[in-house]
Amino acid sequence: MARVIVDVMLKPEILDPQGQAIARALPRLGFSGVQDVRQGKRFEVEIEGEADEAALAEVRKMAETLLANTVIEDFTVHVER
Amino acid sequence: MNAARVGVVTFPGTLDDQDAARAVRLAGAEPVPLWHADHDLKGVDAVFLPGGFSYGDYLRCGAISRFSPLMDELIPAARAGLPVLGTCNGFQILCEAHLLPGALTRNGGLHYICRDQGIRVENADTAWTSDFEAGQEIVLPVKHGEGRYVADTETLAALERDGRVVFRYVGGNPNGSLNDIAGITNEAGNVVGLMPHPEHAVEELTGAPSVDGRGFFTSILKRLVNA
Repeated sequence: MARVIVDVMLKPEILDPQGQAIARALPRLGFSGVQDVRQGKRFEVEIEGEADEAALAEVRKMAETLLANTVIEDFTVHVER
Repeated sequence: MNAARVGVVTFPGTLDDQDAARAVRLAGAEPVPLWHADHDLKGVDAVFLPGGFSYGDYLRCGAISRFSPLMDELIPAARAGLPVLGTCNGFQILCEAHLLPGALTRNGGLHYICRDQGIRVENADTAWTSDFEAGQEIVLPVKHGEGRYVADTETLAALERDGRVVFRYVGGNPNGSLNDIAGITNEAGNVVGLMPHPEHAVEELTGAPSVDGRGFFTSILKRLVNA
């Protein structure tokens, strides 16, 4: 079994009001020096067998089809060691 | 002659299907309940995708509904010209299904907005807006947390150039939508999506701000009768 991580983020040009709200909250809590925050989603996909190239290609297809809306979001796929 | 038959789709979590069916009936058509898990459009002449929180809005609004068995039938039918109207969650589903370009994202102000909203009809040539005049201002309820329309610069320019922005917010943009967009259509004009709710504005008795929503249903009825 292997665990494949898919990180989904709004594209840089898409406004992220949730990230902005977090960025505004942090200084109030005493965290200084924060320039920007963007919020995304992380999926942990557990697959049968090895995370070989074919398995990763399949996870990329899952991400394109369902996990991310590529009209507004980018995604990255990596294997958790 | 037989009444025109307008399908009203119910997904788990749909809220506005009863109001939609009632609005269809008031306009003189026959509402036909369609179930998300069926591979069956029941031979309807048009389809209304109502609002709500289908599949709990899990993942993204409309992201899971878009893959329901009924949508397997609806997507090719809409591409072939079947008139389809999606309001609110229905609009989100149409975008997720790529029947309409762009996407609906979280409101700019993060708050869920529920209010009576001024809307200008920009395009009165679609299957669902022919009973309006271009430039006419109407009032419909809006109620959503994720209605901020976004699309890339090229898509936005094409929508504006081709008159595919069908509705624009007036008197204040409730959600930060690009270009104040409240609703759009596909190239053929048979598929229309908007965030406001015409099905909640068909009867004075319910405290609706107007009965401007009736125009959507009379438009489609005329289209079907003259077809």
